[in-house]
Parts: sequence; C-alpha cells; structure tokens
Amino acid sequence: MTNFTLNGLNVQVEEGTTLLEAAKFYGFPVPTLCYHEGLSPYGACRLCVVEIGEGPRAKLVSSCTYPAEEGLKVRTASTRVLRARKMVLELLLASCPQSKVIQDLASAHDIRRQRFKQEYEDCIMCGLCVRICEEQMMAKAIGFRNRGERRSIGTPFDIKSEECRLCGGCIYICPACQLRCTYTEPEKAICGACANLAPPCVEKEQFDDMMCYMDPCVACEIEKK
Amino acid sequence: MQPTKTRGGRSGAPRAAEAPAALGTYRGICSTCIHAPTCAYRLKSTEVAIWECDLFESYETPSLLEIVERHGRKRGAVIAMLEEIQAKYGYLPTHALQVVAENTGASMVDVYAVATFYRAFSLKPRGRHLVSVCLGTACHVRGGPGVAKEFERHLGIPAGETTDDREFTLDTVNCLGACALGPVVVVDGHYFPHVGIKDVEDILAHTLTGLDKVEVEGDRRIFPIEVNCPRCNHSLMDPSHLIDGYPAIRVTVSHGHTHGWLKLSSLYGSYNVEAEHEAPKDAVVNFFCPHCHAELRGAAACPECGAPMVPMVVRGGGVVQICSRRGCKGHMLDVSGTAVA
Repeated sequence: MTNFTLNGLNVQVEEGTTLLEAAKFYGFPVPTLCYHEGLSPYGACRLCVVEIGEGPRAKLVSSCTYPAEEGLKVRTASTRVLRARKMVLELLLASCPQSKVIQDLASAHDIRRQRFKQEYEDCIMCGLCVRICEEQMMAKAIGFRNRGERRSIGTPFDIKSEECRLCGGCIYICPACQLRCTYTEPEKAICGACANLAPPCVEKEQFDDMMCYMDPCVACEIEKK
Repeated sequence: MQPTKTRGGRSGAPRAAEAPAALGTYRGICSTCIHAPTCAYRLKSTEVAIWECDLFESYETPSLLEIVERHGRKRGAVIAMLEEIQAKYGYLPTHALQVVAENTGASMVDVYAVATFYRAFSLKPRGRHLVSVCLGTACHVRGGPGVAKEFERHLGIPAGETTDDREFTLDTVNCLGACALGPVVVVDGHYFPHVGIKDVEDILAHTLTGLDKVEVEGDRRIFPIEVNCPRCNHSLMDPSHLIDGYPAIRVTVSHGHTHGWLKLSSLYGSYNVEAEHEAPKDAVVNFFCPHCHAELRGAAACPECGAPMVPMVVRGGGVVQICSRRGCKGHMLDVSGTAVA
C-alpha cells in the first residue's frame, strides 16, 4: 500500500494506482478527455493535470499516467492547476469548437469567451480511437501517421483496412466528432444560443441536450444580440 | 502511389478451379508476381492477368525476407529493417512494409506509423540524386529559401518531389548541423557551403557529371609523387601510361589465382586505378614489385579496415603506404621516416 496526501487528506491506495484513479476513488473531481477506464492511460489531453510536490519544486503532471508515490503531496484543484486546465481547454476548444464534450467541459470551467482562432479540426489527437481499436477490438486497423502538424489518424495508405470490422468503436468513443459524423458543416452545427431558428441537428435525439454557452457562439460565431 | 494488396505469406497452391470467375476483372499485368509463370489466372502466355489477387507474391519478397531474417524477425528491429530496405530500393515499397509487418508480428499500422514518422524514410520512389536544401534558422536568415526556390525553378518541381526523369529528388531539411556553412546544400552526402542562387546551376551540373570524380586541377591537397620499390629500389613509375595526366605507378598484384598489373594514379589524394584483372571490391590483394618480384607488404595495418598496408619509397625521402584492400581509401604518407618492414 502507498500512503500519500491528496488535497491535504492522508490517503492510502494500492501500489501502482495512478493519481487519477486515487482522486476518483476519494471523490475529488478531475476532468479528463483522453482517459477511459477500459483503455490504457495515454496522457495526451493534459486536462487531468495535478500539482505534485511543494514550494518551488512543485510541478504539474498528468494524473492519469502518474503512479502514486509514498509521501507524495498532490493538489487536484490549486490555482495553478485550474489555470493550466483552463488554458488547455481554451486551446482544445479553439481546435475543435463543434465538439459537445469539449463545449461542456469549457462551460464547466467557466470559459465564456473564445480568445483563439477557431480551427474546426476533426481531431484532437487524443488517441482514444487508436487505443480502443487496438486494446478492446484487437484489430489495430487505425493508427497515428506522420508527425508534427501533419500527424493524423487513419489506416495505412488511407485505404480500407482488412483488419477493420466496422465495429464503430472509434466513432463511439471519439470526443470530437459527434457532429462530424452527423453533420459536416460546423458553422451550421447546433447551437441554441444564437438566432439560428432551424438548427439542423435539433430533431435528432442525441443532440436534445445540446446547448452552447459561448459568446460569440463557438460553433456558429454569430454574436449574441 | 496506388497501393496494391499484397499477401506474401499466405499463398498456398494456386486455386485453379476458382480462376475463371475472376477473369472478367482484369486490371493490369501482374508482371511482378512470383507466380506469373504458373498462374492459373494467366491462361495464355500473352494473356494479362488480374493485378490484385490473393496469391500475389512479389519477386522482391525473397530478398526482403532475407533482410527481415537477418534481424531475427524482431519487432524491435523494424527501423533497422526499413533502413536497409530504403537503402536498397531508395524508398519503401508498399509490399515491403507488408512483408516486414507479416514477418515481425508488428501490425501494418505500426510499421506504417514508423515509416511515415521519420523523414529519412520515403514511401515514394526517389531520384538518383537527393538534393537537401537546409532551411534551418542560420541557413534561413542567410538566404536558404531563395536557394530552395532556385532549385525548384531549375528542376521544375516543388520541394519534396522527384523529377520525371528520376534524376533528382529535392528536399528541404530543417537543420543539418552545419550552420557555419550556411546556406548549406547537401547532394548525395556532399556538402556545398555558402550556396548562393548563382551556384545552383553549377551544383546540378556537377552532380550530373559525378560528384565522386576527383578534380585534379585546382585541389591543392593533390600532388604527384614518384615511388620506388622498397626492396630493390627500382622505379615503379610507368612513364608510358598516364593516369590523371601523370605517369602511373605500376605494380603486379595477385588475388586468388589471378595475377596481373595494377596501375595507380601517382597523384597523392587520387584513387584512380586501372587493373588488368578487376579484383572484387573489399578483396585484399597481394602487391609485388614488377622488377624484383618481392612482395610489398608492410608491418602496419590499415587504420581504416585493418588490412596490411603496402609500403613504397617516395623519391626525395619518405614512405607512402596504401591499403591493400580494393576500394579502401586508407593510406599514410610518412615523409621523414625511413622505416620499412
């Protein structure tokens, strides 16, 4: 067993437990995006950052990949952590403003304005689809390709993979593409805050709770009157 | 590149009975398939067969397999295998990735990820000469982009592409670690420092005539020497035969059961030779004096490859030693010393 301090509380977890699992177990909320219980932790989205250590040696680590250590002092909601998370979210929102998951997370973190240019990317490179394909579906049909700004996810040579069984796991788990899969024009995507009276996805059941908190609206960029 | 489906490892006996059903779907000539002579799909000798079939096995597969085998079919050696394949073909053919994936147990996704991650690997065929223009910070501020543009204009291709005649591939790189030489251009491993827009044409012309050719005029590291046999002190020079414009050094060599003359350029720094019998590259040959027939064999070993060195006395004092291995450029010049084994 490993003893460490979580937000000032002395806690005990089994060896090998990650900080995220410990925080979840003891009821401290840590937002995640690229983490999924059935998949190996990846540390891509950096949303789950927590602060470890004390004083000038305190540092931010991704809790999903950091195993608990004896005597560690962990803070899951310090000012520094919250500021870092907010920044990460603002950047994620800029690259993928049409994602409901990211919109909800942004609103929960009190982001009301969009500071960065919106890119309408299809993908935030969280690797969830790659991991579900490999670890749960045992297929390995899709993977990362290239690197740097040309990095993308897909099959080798962009042709239909012989390994793919069309299970749909990648679409199911994707936090960024719910709208991409049903609607391909982000500027017309569901919003509710703007004056678009006929949002194209409203009639579809899965979007009934869709609400945009942004001003200007992150999806349609129409300024609220 | 149009990817072709290749399944090197899975082929069994050709399924002749199923063939006629597929005959309506000709898509090209599968001339690269190892099964072509006995292929059930190929009814007459002039008949075309389908391009994509389950039995496809490339002629290249055995040599690819040999590379994979040499690395013990280990997943950890995928990069080394791909490097060898790239060195052999100049690029990574689709079926090569497939062969590597199937025989190492790595999945195609992983192999493809590695092949696209590293800039050293190319999935497209490359030209005979690779021109890399550095656009790193130092080269960039000294005019690298202008040089790159000039190369694009001369070759008529954008960076990253290959000319239609497969002579040149133009590439930009982000730092070659030779910032003091900037803007630097590397062609087939030869560094061209301080390249200006005016130099581009020269570099391309130079590349086409051959970069490895030694320039005799104008290079001050190259000078002629005259040598004698260390045993009988007869001259080894052959004034009747000129190499690089100077009398050649004539010795007798033997390799295995073949004996013959070998004429070396007398220019120190030039590696041009002419031989009666061409010995295979990397073979260690024995050198003999054509006058006293004593073997010219020194005590020293080549600092480059470890083969015995061949000593010759330089007229005017000193000893020059050359490596006895064909193709090795190891040599020593000792102007003051007189020690000869």
